[in-house]
Amino acid sequence: MSNFLHLRQRRSRRTFGIGSLRENLSGVDRLLMASVSALLILGSLLVWAATRSWFASQNLDPQYYLKRHLVNIVIGGLLAYGTTLIDYRMIRAYTPFLWGFSVLGLIFVLLPGVGSTVNGAKSWIGLPGGFQLQPAELAKIAVVAGMAMLLSEIRDIDSLPSHSDVVKALAVALIPMGLIMLQPDLGEALIISSIVIGIIAVSGAPSRWVVGLLLVGLLTGFVAVKAGVIHQYQVKRLQSFVDPNADPQQSGYQLRQSRITIGSGGVLGRGLFNGPQTNGRFVPEQQTDFIFTVAGEELGFVGSGFILFCFFIFFYRAFLIARRTSDPFGRLVCVGVIAWFAFQTFENIGMTMGLMPMTGVPLPFMSYGGSSMFANMIALGLLQNVHIRSR
Amino acid sequence: MNSRSRMSLLVLQVLVISLLLALFGRLFYLQVADGLRYQNAALSIQSRDIVEPAVRGAITDRAGIPLAMDRAGLEITVDRSVIDKMPDQGKAVILKLSSLLKVKYPDLYARTRLCGELPVGQRTGCWNGTRYQPIPVTKLATEAQALKILENPDYYKGIDSTPVPIRSYPSLAGENAAHILGYTGGVTDADLSSTTKVYYRNETIGKTGLEYQYEPYLHGIPGIKTVIVDRKEAITQTARDTKPIPGDNVITNIDVRLQAATEKALATSVARSRSLGYRADSGAAIVMDVKTGAILAMASYPTYDPNMWQKGLTVQQAKDLFSENTGVPALSRAIQGAYAPASTFKALSVVAATKAGYNMNALYDCPAQLKVGTQVFHNFETKSQGRINMNDAIAVSCDTIWYQIAFDLWLKDGGLFPKKNLNDYFFSNAAAFHIGKATGVDLPGEINGRLPNRAWKQAYYDANKKFFCDYKNRARKSDLTPYLIAIAHENCLDGNKLRAGDAVNFAIGQGDTLVTPLQLTQIYAAIANGGTLWKPQIAEAIVKPNGEIVKQFSKVSDGKAPLTSSDVSFLHQALRAVATKGTAAGVFANFPIEVSGKTGTGQVLGRNANGSAKDDTSWFASFAPAAKPQYAVVMMVSQGGFGASVSAVGVKDIYSAIYGVTGNTVNPKKALFSSTGPSYIIPKVDPKNAKLPTK
Repeated sequence: MSNFLHLRQRRSRRTFGIGSLRENLSGVDRLLMASVSALLILGSLLVWAATRSWFASQNLDPQYYLKRHLVNIVIGGLLAYGTTLIDYRMIRAYTPFLWGFSVLGLIFVLLPGVGSTVNGAKSWIGLPGGFQLQPAELAKIAVVAGMAMLLSEIRDIDSLPSHSDVVKALAVALIPMGLIMLQPDLGEALIISSIVIGIIAVSGAPSRWVVGLLLVGLLTGFVAVKAGVIHQYQVKRLQSFVDPNADPQQSGYQLRQSRITIGSGGVLGRGLFNGPQTNGRFVPEQQTDFIFTVAGEELGFVGSGFILFCFFIFFYRAFLIARRTSDPFGRLVCVGVIAWFAFQTFENIGMTMGLMPMTGVPLPFMSYGGSSMFANMIALGLLQNVHIRSR
Repeated sequence: MNSRSRMSLLVLQVLVISLLLALFGRLFYLQVADGLRYQNAALSIQSRDIVEPAVRGAITDRAGIPLAMDRAGLEITVDRSVIDKMPDQGKAVILKLSSLLKVKYPDLYARTRLCGELPVGQRTGCWNGTRYQPIPVTKLATEAQALKILENPDYYKGIDSTPVPIRSYPSLAGENAAHILGYTGGVTDADLSSTTKVYYRNETIGKTGLEYQYEPYLHGIPGIKTVIVDRKEAITQTARDTKPIPGDNVITNIDVRLQAATEKALATSVARSRSLGYRADSGAAIVMDVKTGAILAMASYPTYDPNMWQKGLTVQQAKDLFSENTGVPALSRAIQGAYAPASTFKALSVVAATKAGYNMNALYDCPAQLKVGTQVFHNFETKSQGRINMNDAIAVSCDTIWYQIAFDLWLKDGGLFPKKNLNDYFFSNAAAFHIGKATGVDLPGEINGRLPNRAWKQAYYDANKKFFCDYKNRARKSDLTPYLIAIAHENCLDGNKLRAGDAVNFAIGQGDTLVTPLQLTQIYAAIANGGTLWKPQIAEAIVKPNGEIVKQFSKVSDGKAPLTSSDVSFLHQALRAVATKGTAAGVFANFPIEVSGKTGTGQVLGRNANGSAKDDTSWFASFAPAAKPQYAVVMMVSQGGFGASVSAVGVKDIYSAIYGVTGNTVNPKKALFSSTGPSYIIPKVDPKNAKLPTK
């Protein structure tokens, strides 16, 4: 554990510590900011579109979800801003606490009577006021920071992570991952796997680790399905990906409806708020995991393509930041965030279009859901933080 | 950054871009390349069509009297989604319903099954729709039955009763007309998948007869309410709501009173024939306006009740429709029965012989029999008459004159070794009278009959050569008589040749020639009107429910018969002589209407199912009044015996009805049409309030 507490100071051209608001905002990557803002605005409209007619038909406030979503965005924005204020190298110092806190959260959610079960997974902690917290979302940040910290602990300028560094880093990832699998939440576990492989690959660790981990991942998945470790509903979801008629009432239905909803949007879409599939609520969980189907139906190829374009800009800028920084910790944090968002985005949108099997992961910056939004915004703050301090 | 990290970062970058491109490609495929398919899929998920069938147009007679119309009925339905869940799969409740409706359990059971659930051959009455809609088992429940069901919903669980429009054949004048009208039934899967017409599952369409022929007019346009539903099938909006547009009415040339009289005359003739000891298995009678081709009445025997389908067809009824034991009532003998025309054909032979140069005013030998080659041919309806003129030969129906003429002409054409430029007077003349060609009447399923000329002989020989040459192995045991074996041997050697026997048989309408009663009516109408072969026409006009005329069927010439004016005047005299001094003189003695006609008694080869030899076909083809022909009337009774004693009497009954003849006097007040013949004024149609004209 000594490594966790061992802080090394590096030179920086800018102030070390908390800067002024103006200074921080003037230093952000504007394109990255713009792309995320566009996704947030579109996401709000889509969450609204997905829920307004449904709530109105129940004589409830049609803006209910929109309001809560906007509150989440504001809180997330503050978290992102807060994250950019502290020099990320300072964050490094708090990483062990962050990690420990998330592991506690993951254990807490599993305790009987604490976690609430949604869609077969015990992933949420109920909070007063109807809010819920999903520790797994925050655990991703802890894993990114923890692994980056351990693998950037280089002794001299040309040294690379040793085998023991890699083993420690794996431990940092596998403990929360194991707890997440107990919920069980396959999607989040897969996201952490992609973070692990991304960070280890870019850290400069021996390449057999990367190859080995990929093999182990595949083997584990295979054995888990065979041995029944993976829950029945997860197997069904995977089956219905291969054969949509395998479970026509549940996941197969959802996947088919999702594809039809997107496809029926055509080139220009039905127009915002005018999607009959959306207004008829044919796609379950549309404001969360299936938010992209609203874009597909109401905004069409043009609007959905624009969303993909925004994600492209996001990744393009994130890679630029990762490449430009000279600090290995900052770079690995960026790579971790990239691997996380890349997998989550591909898995989510791919699932709605039938390219990927169904696992319940939200679409970054767009899906309704507080914990996910907060985690995404903190990750955005980390990217901006590295950007500001690498100039 | 060391090179390995740089490399890994690059790989990661390429990977992320590829993933985004994959998403973009998939998006393009779903929304642009395949968008239309998904739009249709979405539409079928969101929308539900509720179909309200249109009131079907009425079919009326020439005065607007309904022959077929929609009326209110009570439908009893069985809901499979309810009864299938019962412990006994609804057996008890179907039994209760069976005793209430007085329908046998197996029949009722079959009606509640989807056709696919029953083995092939036991699907009569089966339901062609889905199991998710209540299945109708009858549309003709009584009010008492419906009330019992509605008052005891627990006792009749899964059973319901609702008012529906039903097709009704009211038979106001006692007419049946089943073979003209046809019947209606539910749409089949084949109809539903038709690319030219759009049908909905709970609609009724015409299956045969006029109901089928004029289906596009009668059908109307169903009202469709398209509702948009959400996932829980709650209606969120109504996208389309059209009211049904009732179908058009079809006004026919039929006169109900004449139709009823014609059917009665036919049935009486069949009964008379049977009382004379003949089998009389079936028959047909037709009345045509010789000036227009309009069919005023058309009957076929045996018949069936077209209301059967609405009551719910029983398995036995369905079998009986096509059963030989019941005489295949489904078959319309007038247009689907083909028979040798026998001596009625001699009117055509007169024309052929005239063309060949024979003088109709000369005298000819009418011996009792004639040897043609090695075969001896007898006079059939008469004995030796000595030397007689052609007029008398027609009147007494002498055959031997025609044997001689046909044999001579056959020899002139080269006999068994035909010349290059054949005259074939008899065959070409028959073809010009449209023997072997359907009349084109506006009814489905009409057959062509047969012209057994040289081309047909060759085609028949090509198709059956193997059978004739291997007769001993292929024929039924009962057909292995020395005579039939000899014939088969002959046919094997040169069955494609037109032999003398074929030629002489053809001249008297025997042998392989086949005509439908309607074809013969068309020909006799042409002889009557001086030579025009009018296309027989049943429908007179199609009108909208508000009376607006959609279509009026004017008379259509189907060509000219090869008749010169001297042919016409000779035939008019000769055919009149049949009724005054010939074979039908006894029948028409003292009859106040001057009828011209020709008897026919056709020999039929083959045997009945019980092994008895087939009786002769009884024909009488006629027109009247002789001087100024207005109507052609033809009757045919299959296995009915002699033409005169069976069919000619029936024809006389029909003329009696047309002219209002009682005893030997005409009562003009009882005549069905004015003295100038039927009028073609399109009547007002009001099926619900229609009454028979009282005259």
